[in-house]
Amino acid sequence: MKNSIKIKQAFSVDRTTFQDIFFIPILAISLAISLGLLLLLLTGESYQTALTALIALFVGSFGSVSALSETLTAATPLIFAALGIAIGFRAGLFNIGAEGQIIVGGLAAVIIGFSVELPLMLHLTLMLSVGAAFGAGYAFISGWLKAFTGAHEVITTIMLNLIAFRLLDFFLRLPFIQKEGRNDPISKSVLDTAELPRLLVLIDPNLRIHAGFLLAILAVILVYWIIFHTTIGFEFRMVGTNLNAAKYAGVNSSLTIVLAMSAAGLCAGLAGASQISGVLGRATSGFSAGIGFDAIAVALLGRAHPIGVLFSGILFGALVAGGREMQVSAGVSLDLITVIQALIIIFVAAPILVKSIFPWFFGKK
Amino acid sequence: MKIELKEISKSFGPVAANTKINLSVSSGEVLGLLGENGAGKTTLMNILTGLYQPDSGQILIRDQERKFYNPRDAIKNGIGMVHQHFMLVPVFSVSENVILGNEPITNVNRINKKEAREEVLKISSKYNLDVDPDELVERLPVGVQQRVEIIKILFREAELLIFDEPTAVLTPQEVLDFFRIVSNLKKSGKAIIFITHKLHEVIQICDRINVLRRGEMVGEANPKKTSNSELAELMVGRSVNLKTKRPKINRGKVLLETKNLQVMSNKKEMGLSNINLKLHENEILGIAGVQGNGQTEFIEALTGLRKISSGEISYFDKRYTNLSPRKIHKMGIKHIPEDRQKQGLINEFSIIENVVLNTYYEDAFSNNISLNWNSAKSEAARVMKQFDVRASSETIPANNLSGGNQQKLVIGREMSRKINLLIASQPTRGVDVGSIEYIHSQIISARNAGIGILLNSTELEEIIALSDRIIVFFEGKIVAELSSNTDPQIIGMAMAGVVN
Amino acid sequence: MRKFALSKQTMNIARTQSSLISGSFLILLAILVFMLFGFGVEGEATFRLSRPSDPYALPNLVLPAESFIGIASLTIAFFGARLIVKAPKEYSVIFAISFFLAIATFLVWATAGKSFSLTGMLQATVVRAVPIALAAMAGIMCERVAVINIGIEGMMLAGAFAGAFFGSIFGSVLGLLIAIAVGGIFGLMLALLVVTFRVDQIIAGVAINILVLGLTSFFTSHLLKKNPHLNDTAVFKSIQIPILADLPIIGPMLFRHNIFVYLAILIVFSTTFYLFKTAYGLRARAVGEHPKAAETLGISVIKTRFINVIIGGMIAGFGGAWFTLGSVGRFDEGMTGGRGFIGLAAMIFGRWHPVGALLAALVFGFADSLQQKLAILRTPIPSEFLAMAPYIVTIIVVAGIVGSARPPQAIGKAYIKEN
Repeated sequence: MKNSIKIKQAFSVDRTTFQDIFFIPILAISLAISLGLLLLLLTGESYQTALTALIALFVGSFGSVSALSETLTAATPLIFAALGIAIGFRAGLFNIGAEGQIIVGGLAAVIIGFSVELPLMLHLTLMLSVGAAFGAGYAFISGWLKAFTGAHEVITTIMLNLIAFRLLDFFLRLPFIQKEGRNDPISKSVLDTAELPRLLVLIDPNLRIHAGFLLAILAVILVYWIIFHTTIGFEFRMVGTNLNAAKYAGVNSSLTIVLAMSAAGLCAGLAGASQISGVLGRATSGFSAGIGFDAIAVALLGRAHPIGVLFSGILFGALVAGGREMQVSAGVSLDLITVIQALIIIFVAAPILVKSIFPWFFGKK
Repeated sequence: MKIELKEISKSFGPVAANTKINLSVSSGEVLGLLGENGAGKTTLMNILTGLYQPDSGQILIRDQERKFYNPRDAIKNGIGMVHQHFMLVPVFSVSENVILGNEPITNVNRINKKEAREEVLKISSKYNLDVDPDELVERLPVGVQQRVEIIKILFREAELLIFDEPTAVLTPQEVLDFFRIVSNLKKSGKAIIFITHKLHEVIQICDRINVLRRGEMVGEANPKKTSNSELAELMVGRSVNLKTKRPKINRGKVLLETKNLQVMSNKKEMGLSNINLKLHENEILGIAGVQGNGQTEFIEALTGLRKISSGEISYFDKRYTNLSPRKIHKMGIKHIPEDRQKQGLINEFSIIENVVLNTYYEDAFSNNISLNWNSAKSEAARVMKQFDVRASSETIPANNLSGGNQQKLVIGREMSRKINLLIASQPTRGVDVGSIEYIHSQIISARNAGIGILLNSTELEEIIALSDRIIVFFEGKIVAELSSNTDPQIIGMAMAGVVN
Repeated sequence: MRKFALSKQTMNIARTQSSLISGSFLILLAILVFMLFGFGVEGEATFRLSRPSDPYALPNLVLPAESFIGIASLTIAFFGARLIVKAPKEYSVIFAISFFLAIATFLVWATAGKSFSLTGMLQATVVRAVPIALAAMAGIMCERVAVINIGIEGMMLAGAFAGAFFGSIFGSVLGLLIAIAVGGIFGLMLALLVVTFRVDQIIAGVAINILVLGLTSFFTSHLLKKNPHLNDTAVFKSIQIPILADLPIIGPMLFRHNIFVYLAILIVFSTTFYLFKTAYGLRARAVGEHPKAAETLGISVIKTRFINVIIGGMIAGFGGAWFTLGSVGRFDEGMTGGRGFIGLAAMIFGRWHPVGALLAALVFGFADSLQQKLAILRTPIPSEFLAMAPYIVTIIVVAGIVGSARPPQAIGKAYIKEN
């Protein structure tokens, strides 16, 4: 079918130059932050505020142990979800549905978290696997629709996001799930055995970084291995780069698409479950907090490469952590961070634009 | 009118496509422009039609210098081109395609459809082109589409008409019609440039012949005095063996047989009805036919890429229908697809990855879960060495290879592992002469070694040179089965559906 | 690329297979309808067709719920059986009637024992279809020149914000014009990204959506929350077309609206005229189908894409202004609620034709207004599920139609002018 829109494989890190993978992201980020601050001045804030905001952005993300802990805590679900989106990109799929998959995975995880009584490790494992499975199942719908009806995954995943928001509101008001004595949509809290342990309790029990971050690093390695060193990963890349050639080579493209989409959902579901288990402890109506959308930017910035995703995930975690500090100390809305993220996507996706703004970094043509 | 190109040079990055080319053509004259694939013919013509701007050199029209910054400038100066891949919008009608860009309009930019129709009819009858202005282009046979292109140029009052490989998609019959049209145009005072790599055609209709090689004009020839071999030598730069040696050999037992094979058509593609054929070991069976008569669909059905609705295929006396491409490949049926860029290779992947493109799951390269890139790498080195694929290393992406090397890579991949049957589709399309010779010799020696080969090519000369037996496809059916020493005229008639 | 009729026999095989599938589907639908709605209903469903104040009031349509549901599901089952036994040509008609009956059954079930304003529902359908139809028009303008515009949602959100903000300062008319201009600016941005910088079209669209979401939320918290008077604009009043507005059913449906509805209809028909009757439209479509061919005839692919994408952005900006200037008079974060994406689905459903897309938008508008109106009837269906209706319909439509629809051939591909 001709109307399948392929995501161009602009992501093959192995074949891009050092300039491209190093300078462009750095310049893109600097440009985006500068424009963000300019925007701040445009709304009538003083230079003083802008400067405070800029400093807060750095101090809040890398300025102290607790800032670093916040950065990595925020990075954890981003890395999980972005790994999923990266797998999708590799297989030629644009999964905009990570947000919905996080919601469904997180919701399933929270139910296991408060309703089942098991010893710590077992409970955690069960909770995370159920979250991952539900995320995968939710993404499976889009994968199946794409493979067997040709429905474009961008539209179906967006619709499934919107449906997931409504589903979450519905479930959070069910008496079985809703916290006792509350009228607003909020779930019961998970049991202690379903909480991912914090990593730096010895230094300060208030540091929120949790074992989920270690799992995320493990996932990075695993996804790297899958994409570049397994047969299924090779099939993903074949289908994503040249569908006709993949069919010619005997790859079952429908199955591959369904698998890749489900794998993407699995990662997103894990992001939701780890967020519930490691940070939130319960589900509320906005618990996904746009992680699924930020993860798109993370995957793009990381050029759909697991290692790239790890670093860009930490960077975006820093933006979130720094953004919160910015909100507290300079009174700047967190939405500015969203603007900066969008600008980063644009600049990273348009290297020609960045090169024409900073020609001297790239030498003469 | 006289059009001259003086010292035209053009390069793309480090690649020089045209170097200091001189050329001239006048009214009432047909100039042949001969050259191999990649010799720079098309680039030169794209400069003449304003699609590209030259790095240096001049374009003179009636001895005055003109600069073409875009195609509109060239059109205004009376230059029009029929591209090798037609520049027609398939979902538009004939008249819409003709007027596009120069539309007759009434108030508020509304198209005057009546005037458009009349213009088309007028040109069509003046030059005897016989085209229905209201038909959708996608419904027209290729020969007629070409006439639409000609009308399109004449509508813009072109004085110079450039034809880029115009006969590549035509039946021999349609080629004759086309030559008649060309001589009509010549009589009415048009200047014509005829680009081709087919030697006998330039000799047949040109008044003068210019030969291009590696971006340079290497010689002129007079069609009345020159010969095929002289032209070939000019074109390639060394003496070329035009005859392929095909030693006589007795064919073996039946390898592949299809019985009443039927494939459903969808809106865009040809269906197949009742295809019956037998292919033996030690035999090359050529499929002749104009592109789009069901050959592609037939090969896809054989290789598992297309669903068969009824009938059966048997291979070594075992029946198979609707098996997956992978199972078919595993049985030793190897397929060189017609489009190496779209199917045979993944351009962005390295040579190593492309070498194991359809065998990566085999024990030699994987344990069912993880891949063994080391063994894939040594396989790539082996194929490159054995099949003369020239590349700086096996880790470079396939799109860094020339067309000939890409094709040799595909052929090497398919022929270097277990093989009983080779289905080769357009094996030499867009490939240089050296590679063509090499590929032909590989196909012949495979046949001598006992392999059965199904050869699909739209180049009739190739079919005749290589095949032991020829079948002709027309409108989704086999209309003739002929021996390889049949008169090309008869094969040509069959390709147009005329069978006595 | 020739097409040839196959032997009749093969054609018939194809026919029988698909008619078997669709026939069984209809029978299944009939069973489902009966199981869901057929039990425990009693009383009569009263549909109001006019308000008592209308000059030509129509009597109420009263249907006995139980027998209507029975008859309707039997009819659907009959159609299904007919499809299986003999494959008639009027496939789509049979399908349309069956779906219509299924929806009617649902409405009768929901209304049983109560009364429901059908005219109000139809009027709401038209109103709700406006932003979707406009999003679809924006999509058509872009996709006809082979630029995918996933950013329509963002462009509409920008239009909605600009409408509210500038409408509050300069009045609604100027606010509307600025909203259109803002849409055009984002159109220009998309064109720059995908045409000039050859960014992947979907990535560019997604980036625009996120950017606008961030910008509008940022401005809301930094400007509007502090100055509530900047988020309080006058809305366009509805204009009754004399005489026509008094017609029963049709009057309230089509002729008692504000300028957004009338202009939307005008835009649909001018888009059709532009694309299919004018020379510029012919060139635009050529650029979408075969850009190289257009270039060889001296048509600038790049210019054509820029112009059409900018106009598309302006239409999206206008559609966005409906949310504020045409509806509630104030901006809320993320208020477009996926209408831009639903518009893209309507475009596909309507097969890239403006009139087709308008009809598709009405289907979505119906699903959208359904939730609003059914809330009044207090059905046992939770409101969250009603709110999902348009999204589910979108998925079904995109899945059901996409295989058979044919988009412009060059879609999604950047045009590289070699030089």
